[in-house]
Amino acid sequence: MYGILIIMITFHDVLAQLTFNDQCRKFGIPLWQCPHFLFFVMGMLIIVSILIAYALGSQLVDDPFVVNLIILGLTASLITIAFIITHSFEKLAEANRLKSEFVGIVSHQLRTPLTNFIWALDFLNTEAKEDVTEKQEGYFHILEANADRMKNLVNELLTVSRIQEGTLPLYKQEFSFVQLVNVVVSEFSPLIRASNIKLVVEGGSDLPNVYSDPARLRNVVSNLLDNAIKYTKKAADKSQNQQEQPVITLRYEARGDKLYFEIQDQGIGIPRNDEKYIFQRFFRSSNVLKHETQGSGLGLYIAKSIVEKADGEMGFHSEEYKGSTFWFTVPFATHV
Amino acid sequence: MKTILFVEDESALQKTFEDTLKEQGYSVIHALDGETGLRLAKEKNPDLVLLDLILPKMSGFEVLEELKQDKATKHIPVIILTNLEDMQNVQKAVDLGATTYLLKSSYRLEEIVSKVKQALGETPFSQ
Repeated sequence: MYGILIIMITFHDVLAQLTFNDQCRKFGIPLWQCPHFLFFVMGMLIIVSILIAYALGSQLVDDPFVVNLIILGLTASLITIAFIITHSFEKLAEANRLKSEFVGIVSHQLRTPLTNFIWALDFLNTEAKEDVTEKQEGYFHILEANADRMKNLVNELLTVSRIQEGTLPLYKQEFSFVQLVNVVVSEFSPLIRASNIKLVVEGGSDLPNVYSDPARLRNVVSNLLDNAIKYTKKAADKSQNQQEQPVITLRYEARGDKLYFEIQDQGIGIPRNDEKYIFQRFFRSSNVLKHETQGSGLGLYIAKSIVEKADGEMGFHSEEYKGSTFWFTVPFATHV
Repeated sequence: MKTILFVEDESALQKTFEDTLKEQGYSVIHALDGETGLRLAKEKNPDLVLLDLILPKMSGFEVLEELKQDKATKHIPVIILTNLEDMQNVQKAVDLGATTYLLKSSYRLEEIVSKVKQALGETPFSQ
């Protein structure tokens, strides 16, 4: 039964691959250059050539020259198709590289007008503070918050483009992970208090130093904590039980030659169908969209890439409407 | 009154920061390209140079190199103010003698003013 199911799923996948027009349109290349289509043609050609060679071979067994000529002709067409396939793969890889480069250049170019905007806003904020009305101040805050949002997005796009190009630099050094967590926690304390969330930190202070890029790892912890707060608050706002204070728990401990860290929230959780996409670029869970939370869908992709580049692992487990736990590991300095 | 030379080709940025520095009581001169920046640094002998890296006519690195090679301008602290964040550029600037390297888009105006004060020795230096 199980075997039949697997065969059916595989057959379904194969059929899905045969929708050449849809597949090739995604890559923006013509059908005759599309690997999906060409592989299909090559497969069919191999089958037909074997059948023809067999049929002719059995009839023309006395004339090996003709049989050899046919085989030679078929081999030449297979080589030509293989060449076109290789070429189209190169084209796809080049398109991907150009896309990353384009994102990188655009993000970098966006930084200058964005800096102009943020600095001018800063100047107005200090210059005209006394003269502005409460209403105008509200608009200043909207501008500031959105300028920050745009700045973060541009920075995230640049980071993604570097991850894709394989040029994201990591400046590894030995440092205390416990201290790093304390810094992030104190940075987020006002937001946690304002969100009426209880934060619990569990872990010994006597853990050895880790070996990684402190600035990048700080971004990872900040990103996970920011998500935990955002989604826990969202769940609490929608909850019937407004009396109970939701809890976010941070845990760290030694596990073999690595430090294990996790953040457990009581947020909206991740629907089972979305779990496999959660670390993909630009992916935003249907749950998140339903609950109208902001985000670029890049944070978790960046976090996982950084953790893995620093020789760690990252994962999560989640239950919809109950909460999620995101975890990662980072090597101890003594084991590097 | 201390004089600051601001070499920046983006005129809007230059205007905003110049106004801010003037409000803090500094005298500001500015240049929109590297060549003019270098000439003004030699002529006016400012107390501090704020230098962008991507500049017309002469790059920020070339200006920095010439400033640090000239005995008359060697002592002037130079803050690199750019949007290039690659480590090679940071290292190159530090090797050439820059006091500090700041990424424009990562700093608010007041933070940059505080770095200026630190470089001028008006407040203790912190990283």
